[in-house]
Amino acid sequence: MSDHAGTEAVLPEGEGVRRRDFINIAAVSAAGVGGVITLLPLVSQMAPSADVLAESSTEIDVSAIAPGQAIKGMFRKQPVFIRNLTPAEVEAANKVDVASLRDPETLKQRTKEGKENWLITMGVCTHLGCVPLGAGEGEVKGEFGGYFCPCHGSSYDTAARIRKGPAPKNLQVPEYAFTSDTIVKIG
Amino acid sequence: MSFPWANEYKPANALTQWLDEKLPLPRFVYNAVGAGYPVPRNLNYAWNFGVLAGFCLMLQIVTGVILAMHYAANADVAFNSVEHIMRDVNWGWMLRYAHANGASAFFVVVYAHIFRGFFYGSYKAPREMIWLLGVVIFLLMMATAFMGYVLPWGQMSFWGAKVITGLFGAIPLVGEPIQIWLLGGYAPDNAALNRFFSLHFLLPFVIAAVVILHIWALHIPGSSNPTGVEVKTESDTVPFHPYYTAKDGFGLGVFLLGYCTMLFFFPNALGHPDNYIPANAMSTPAHIVPEWYFWPFYAILRAFTSDFFIIPAKLMGVLAMFSAILVWFFLPWLDRSPVRSGHFRPVFKKFYLALVIDVLVLGYCGGAPAAEPYVMISQIASIYYFAHFLIILPIVSAIERPEALPFSITEAVLGKDESATLAPAAAH
Ligand code: HEM
Ligand code: FES
Repeated sequence: MSDHAGTEAVLPEGEGVRRRDFINIAAVSAAGVGGVITLLPLVSQMAPSADVLAESSTEIDVSAIAPGQAIKGMFRKQPVFIRNLTPAEVEAANKVDVASLRDPETLKQRTKEGKENWLITMGVCTHLGCVPLGAGEGEVKGEFGGYFCPCHGSSYDTAARIRKGPAPKNLQVPEYAFTSDTIVKIG
Repeated sequence: MSFPWANEYKPANALTQWLDEKLPLPRFVYNAVGAGYPVPRNLNYAWNFGVLAGFCLMLQIVTGVILAMHYAANADVAFNSVEHIMRDVNWGWMLRYAHANGASAFFVVVYAHIFRGFFYGSYKAPREMIWLLGVVIFLLMMATAFMGYVLPWGQMSFWGAKVITGLFGAIPLVGEPIQIWLLGGYAPDNAALNRFFSLHFLLPFVIAAVVILHIWALHIPGSSNPTGVEVKTESDTVPFHPYYTAKDGFGLGVFLLGYCTMLFFFPNALGHPDNYIPANAMSTPAHIVPEWYFWPFYAILRAFTSDFFIIPAKLMGVLAMFSAILVWFFLPWLDRSPVRSGHFRPVFKKFYLALVIDVLVLGYCGGAPAAEPYVMISQIASIYYFAHFLIILPIVSAIERPEALPFSITEAVLGKDESATLAPAAAH
């Protein structure tokens, strides 16, 4: 302690805190906060960049899709399924007891008012992200007549709701709007 | 560090004398892998795999740095730049096959190295730190290999990246933002490819650094040996050089024969043909499989098909897959038997064999399509896998009666001839 006699003399007797302690704590805290703040840009640079975010809307013409047919569009570099449901498919979707579903939602909640036959969802399995089958010509639609993911066997129904297999959620419905009777703007 | 009877480094000439005073690098090498490092005299070829792993790491770094000179990490041209390496670059085909098969060889060697540890109880005190660092190395290797496989930007590259980053999407609440952050987009694309390239280049050097710690930690107690009895006297050891440089050198030759056979005669045998199709975000290959060395873990991931209490199946699979490796971190404290070597543990020996078979079964299922009967077999094999570490090992180590251990390494090698064995010890 003797070599600190100089600093100690500045403080009143009995007080354990030295001037140097204060300086130490202040300096280390400032460096610590500064260090943490420096990490922000290092972490944030990993997030989607402006050009990736700018790609986030697509317009698709749906006039050629007959009932029972579907097409695959592209939205944010991922497939999006646009399906024109037949009345039978709509009915099948509405018959299901919603409470019994893993991710309970009605077809109505998953479509737009008055356009209940237009089922627009991401073509990305909510399990690990494969593209389910069922939108392309002649592809299997699985046990529930909607989509079937071959990767680990998830089956979706005609409202693209998860019914069987490891996927936890229904196929995601992206944000979209009908800008006219035949054009959908996704995103 | 090391034993008191270790040979001492003596600079041979004025130059090494000068160097020894300024930067004693030759002394360091001499003490680490030279005549100055005493090693148990009875190591068998299972102890060859550490050096082979080091060789594989060097091989991957050399071939990898060369490939990076010709590869372009851009989603538009990556696939073609790999074809350019295969067709246009002088010896490019060989260097690429050397790197791809080198990764497989690396995993063969490291799995052998790990299973050596499982059998001989290498993870037990005083070698826990060596073991823990080894598990860290293995995790880093898996990350490196995964990101490397994405670089050719074929169908398996793309969908592998999507499925594996999708694993993070299983984390509740923050999962999806984390996945998007990892990829730098909503699906694998340029941003993901570029960062994977950057990290794939970096990580092997991180591995090299951890290997240095691994060997540093090894050199404190020194290597274990097939009897698991610690070194007692000088007669239990021989200098690393020339004894094990020669033995490891021979093993390296045998390894190279196998490796070159794969490289020159079956370069694509371990790859997947779908990866020669350029990445296509709109269509998933019928059967996504990772590289063979991930199969046992992939089987565990897929074994969870229904929800478990409140935890969704997807999250359970991910947790189980990571736990399958993380459980190794606890191994030194799960296996309480004071006897290291499996040779002297009659009950453990049988369960060790069962574990080997179990992992092979998991591996087979992981490479098979996600259909019955493979899913059910994976489920049973996954349960057994965890039971081995969490239930069987603690119980066996508590109730088993090990066989009598030899008094010393020397005795194990030369028999109980007092004059041949411990006479020099008395002098010490
Ligand atoms: C890049 C990968 C690796 C390299 C280069 C490497 C290198 C080495 C070397 C040179 C040795 C000494 C020679 C020998 O005993 O075989 C060693 C020992 C050891 N390694 Fe590794 N290793 C690697 C990965 C691992 C992994 C993944 C584990 C376990 C999870 C592991 C666990 C051990 C243990 C426990 C020892 C001490 C063995 C004993 O003395 O009985 N190593 N390692
Ligand atoms: S990704 Fe669709 S079931 Fe796994």
